[in-house]
Amino acid sequence: METPLTRNILPGEKPPDLAQYEKSGGYAALREALRMSPDDIMEEVKEANLRGRGGAGFPTAKKWSFVPMGEDAPHPKYLICNADEMEPGTFKDRLLLEGDPHQLLEGMIISGYAIQADIGYIFLRWAYKLAAERLEQAIGEAYRQGYLGRNILGSEYSLELHLHVSAGRYMCGEETALLNALEGKRANPRAKPPYPQVSGLWGKPTVVNNVETLCNVPHIVNHGAAWFKSLSRSGDGGTKLYGVSGRVKKPGLWELPMGTPIRQILEEHAGGMRDGYRFRGLLPGGASTDFLVSDHLDTAMDFESMQAAGSRLGTGTMIILDDRTCPVGMLRNLEHFFAQESCGWCTPCWSGLSWVEQILQGLEEGEGQASDLERLQAHARLLGPGHTFCALAPGAAEPLQSGLKYFRDDFERHVQEKRCPWR
Amino acid sequence: MATVHIENRPYPVKDGENLLQQCLSLGFDLPYFCWHPALGSVGACRQCAIKQFKDEDDKCGKIVMACMTPATDGTRISIDDPEAREFRASVIEWLMVNHPHDCPVCDEGGECHLQDMTVMTGHTYRRYRGRKRTFYNQDLGPLVNHEMNRCIQCYRCTRFYRDYAGGRDLEALALRNQVYFGRHQDGTLESEFSGNLVEVCPTGVFTDKTLKQHYTRKWDFQTAPSICVHCALGCNTIPGERYGKLRRIRNRYNGAVNGYFLCDRGRYGYDFVNSRHRIRRPAFRKQKDAPLQSATKDEVLQHLAELFSKGSQVIGIGSPRASLEANFALRTLVGPERFYAGISARDHDLLSSILDILREGSARSPSLREVELADAVLVLGEDVANTAPLLALALRQSVRRQPLKIAGKMHIPHWDDHAVREATQGKSGPLFIATLVGTRLDDIATQTFHGTPDDLARLGFAVAHALDSHAPPVPDLPSETGKLAHAISEALKAAERPLVISGTGCGNAGVIEAAANVAWALCHTGHPAELCFALGECNSLGAAMMGAPGLESAFGAAVGAGQGVDGNVEMPATTVILLENDLYQHADAEVVDRFLAAARHVVVIDHTVHQSSAEADVVLPAGTFAEADGTLVNNEGRAQRFFQVFVPQGDIRESWRWVQDIMTLSGRNKGAPWLNLDHLMAACARDIPELEPILSAAPGSEFRMEGQKIPREPHRYSGRTAMSANASVHEPEPPDDPDAPFSFSMEGYSGRPPPALIPRFWAPGWNSVQAVNKFQDEVGGQLSGGDPGTRLIEPEPNSRMNYFHNVPPAFSRRTGEWLVVPLHHIFGSEALSVLAPAIAELAAKPYLALNPEDAAELGLAAGASVLLQLSRNGGADRGMDYEIPVQLRAELRRGVAGLPAGLPDLAGIILPAWGRVAGAKKSTKIGEGAAP
Repeated sequence: METPLTRNILPGEKPPDLAQYEKSGGYAALREALRMSPDDIMEEVKEANLRGRGGAGFPTAKKWSFVPMGEDAPHPKYLICNADEMEPGTFKDRLLLEGDPHQLLEGMIISGYAIQADIGYIFLRWAYKLAAERLEQAIGEAYRQGYLGRNILGSEYSLELHLHVSAGRYMCGEETALLNALEGKRANPRAKPPYPQVSGLWGKPTVVNNVETLCNVPHIVNHGAAWFKSLSRSGDGGTKLYGVSGRVKKPGLWELPMGTPIRQILEEHAGGMRDGYRFRGLLPGGASTDFLVSDHLDTAMDFESMQAAGSRLGTGTMIILDDRTCPVGMLRNLEHFFAQESCGWCTPCWSGLSWVEQILQGLEEGEGQASDLERLQAHARLLGPGHTFCALAPGAAEPLQSGLKYFRDDFERHVQEKRCPWR
Repeated sequence: MATVHIENRPYPVKDGENLLQQCLSLGFDLPYFCWHPALGSVGACRQCAIKQFKDEDDKCGKIVMACMTPATDGTRISIDDPEAREFRASVIEWLMVNHPHDCPVCDEGGECHLQDMTVMTGHTYRRYRGRKRTFYNQDLGPLVNHEMNRCIQCYRCTRFYRDYAGGRDLEALALRNQVYFGRHQDGTLESEFSGNLVEVCPTGVFTDKTLKQHYTRKWDFQTAPSICVHCALGCNTIPGERYGKLRRIRNRYNGAVNGYFLCDRGRYGYDFVNSRHRIRRPAFRKQKDAPLQSATKDEVLQHLAELFSKGSQVIGIGSPRASLEANFALRTLVGPERFYAGISARDHDLLSSILDILREGSARSPSLREVELADAVLVLGEDVANTAPLLALALRQSVRRQPLKIAGKMHIPHWDDHAVREATQGKSGPLFIATLVGTRLDDIATQTFHGTPDDLARLGFAVAHALDSHAPPVPDLPSETGKLAHAISEALKAAERPLVISGTGCGNAGVIEAAANVAWALCHTGHPAELCFALGECNSLGAAMMGAPGLESAFGAAVGAGQGVDGNVEMPATTVILLENDLYQHADAEVVDRFLAAARHVVVIDHTVHQSSAEADVVLPAGTFAEADGTLVNNEGRAQRFFQVFVPQGDIRESWRWVQDIMTLSGRNKGAPWLNLDHLMAACARDIPELEPILSAAPGSEFRMEGQKIPREPHRYSGRTAMSANASVHEPEPPDDPDAPFSFSMEGYSGRPPPALIPRFWAPGWNSVQAVNKFQDEVGGQLSGGDPGTRLIEPEPNSRMNYFHNVPPAFSRRTGEWLVVPLHHIFGSEALSVLAPAIAELAAKPYLALNPEDAAELGLAAGASVLLQLSRNGGADRGMDYEIPVQLRAELRRGVAGLPAGLPDLAGIILPAWGRVAGAKKSTKIGEGAAP
């Protein structure tokens, strides 16, 4: 089984420095890419069927294709790496950032070349101190070696790359809020259209890609689209970093073929539930995805299968709910996070989520009323996509609506018993 | 035009506009908060949710925000869709989760957009059981009150304050349901447009702090359409009165003039009407040296009859702040040859020159709306942020015209506010500002230029020459200035709607002539340009159109009559009637003293005590704008009518009625007496043909809607039968109003009156200022029936008017003397508004601004006391002395000093003038505080 993304990463070890990275074949893809035309790279990535690993699964080449190209295209163009990984339960990008920073840089330079970007930014989560340190070092090395800056490796292509450490808000992970934050404005999202590819950072064409997405690009260039697709067990190309947290024997993170079934990840890699705990459900791709339950354990972890099962692949890092944890309490915790991280821009989000959190808090404290469940149900619907300005509140509504569906009895017990049965 | 299907019925809409604006324009009641016609769409509040369907077969549809969705041909939507209705009700419920239930004690109550929208969506019962979040309220100064608990986070305040008006000290802070709209710390809001927050805020976060002093609910105000009297722009206002007190000013939408906004001087200056300095009763002196004694109307008229029967010569001095009708009445009483404009000869010359330029030149004067549409602007000599504030606000919009094209190319609709701002990145189109010192518009200027008035004129002449070589060249122009002139000419030439702005603010004829040359050079070379002048007072242009000479001629006439040209004293001394004017504001005190002393009798007709009225032999109490009707001509040349708001107590009457009485009792009536304003206006139109269109500025007194007058009091006006019950239980009959088609009562026509007669914006279900939507054909466009006002002056497209050739020489410093130039202040430089306590608190205090190097040479630090000696008549012999603190202004050229214009403590100084400056020893000290 090939693990291109993590091949250089040894847990607990320092990441490869430039020499080690080059020795392992690093920056060969960049040399190859610079011999190709931007169109060819885009075509190869399209053929590979690489889909965005940040959670939405948008085809990467398609995202790039909206960038104006050619002589008349506005400049500077920007490529931004979204490394503001703050989704609860998600820690996959951290591994890539800390474990093999040059892989990301190479992916960014090639992707930047594909869209003819002039300037790149890595927008990094504030708490990722170690990643910041390692990225700084890698960027320095790359500049010194001529992989960044003017006329990269003697080509016509130039790319300036900066590391920007975020002030630390979940909202900044939303790509347009990220752009506002990078401009020094409030991290409120922007309405689309216009899309960032047309009017992004400082009103210029911009692409925002997730860390894991960009890390895949050098391997596609090196080995080709057919190879990339062959890595996968599903229609979506490549491997995927899957994580498991919760009361399992071996919580962790593994690079596995895209489309590996939940059960295999949970039982083979995470070692199954800890003794004395029974599986009740899971959030397959971070806090903003719908609950799945034991009926879904044989579902493949890829974009389409997850959607068919009523949830989303999201970031592919699952959170397991066990039988000794109150689902209402878990939701209260999640909704507290979302309410707290609301930017305050649109009404359903800033007001609705806070109300949801308060109702859940009330249920936990034995102050629930039957009508509270109706309110929660209504919010799960009213905070849906299209109703709000960005995807934050709809994301928060996903575990809420599926939680109400799968754990209805638990909610009702809170109301009837006027207490949390788990306390 | 496109067709949109709403509830499966076709409606014509404007292609590409947003659906919210179009639905409202079609008359649908669709609730909204964050959207504002002048601010565009941002999609924050989610209140205007509707259902959009792909096609006829789509029964499912999806929720979209009307404000963020373009109206394109074939769009199918439903406002009434149950899911959309439910969502809109939910939005209100979410907003009300934290909104306090304090409507009974909230100043916004009864005219609150949030109340209206809550009722409109049907949210009635509170289901939220939690606590409401609370905030700390800030002291934002004397104008705006802050009550953050009521905030619904619609972001309108900061979008108006920062994005639209260029303010910097109001910000959205913190996040989630705790977003705080305020300053970084307590303190007076810096923007001169802060008062608009009161109307922009859809609920009671920002309310009128001056109204708090004498609070009244919207339904209890007596109102009438009015015109602001605090500068020459003629912004339309709605003053509100109760119990004989003027309590507030609200914006009266006029699509061509002020749109949705007012400046703070216009909004808060009204309190002079309530001032303790008001003249409320007639008074006269029995003898020349006796004190002024209050008298009844009959007594004073009797006294006047005696005065005028003695057959002395009577001269009249009009006023640039009195209506056309009042000026005309006095002109008729004394005869045109003995009628003088109440302004200095210098101001008279400037205004005459401007009139000639507008009447006979080829450049047209734009409305404020047209200023917003200009895409390249040269401001020559005028600090518009201080002399014509709303013009500055319009310029902030005009600099967005060229950048808007960038957004257009990216297919971003003009109303998609944040996307447009992102795409245009705060770029400003060409705006060149040449002024005496820096201005509050400099942040959006392409380039600024500072110099003496003559330097500014020279720059203007150079621009004109660069545009058209037939315009006179400027000798000895520094190459830097030449380059700037070239850059300005190129920018103006490249524009679709170039605009030149100047005015009387720096007191220099050359500046005005240079501005005209620039505009004409553009017109002559195939670039039709507009030309806008900022003027001093609310009727400066109208009064000037009467063609009377300036004050110095009056002084000459009086002195001539009293003493005779060659010392022959047989000519009878002159009686002077002074209309709504303080001569000490317009001329040197010593000269005025001599003039008033030489006059046999001085009759002052005015509403407020001033130095001239204190010197008068007879004082007659006049109505202010709120107690009289009349017509004012703004700087554009637009005649606009203001209507009496309330009946004043005591003997206060329209000035023209006093004049009429004097005419009658002195037998000077030539024709039938004027029984009402219509008669007076008709006479005015007959005598001065250029003013004839004023008759159509608004319907006359005979106008009726369905046979009824328009009520000044809304139908919910409360307590009428009890208001005067402490004095008498018999309810007095409402007073008659012979002058206007308005009644002083609740009775009358309750529908929508013609645009010039809208006394308040109110519509069923729309109690807040947003009701203005219901008075427009297209929301944000003109008022239904056309924006009020009649233009009196149109340009001569084929004008043969020659270029001005008096290019002044370059400024050269004098040793030991400084050229003292006027620096205007929005608060302080205008005489009436400083009588309002809230404005007085903010008014500028006297200072002398010096270049830091000059000050250093004089050994003066900032704040040091300095003695300014102003020379009279250009000579340095007998001066006026002022002891004032020094301010340092680096933009002032060496050899130039700046003095605040028009401050009560510095009245009557005609600037620019030469003066000497020295460190103060000891002399009479100018009051440090602002005027009362």
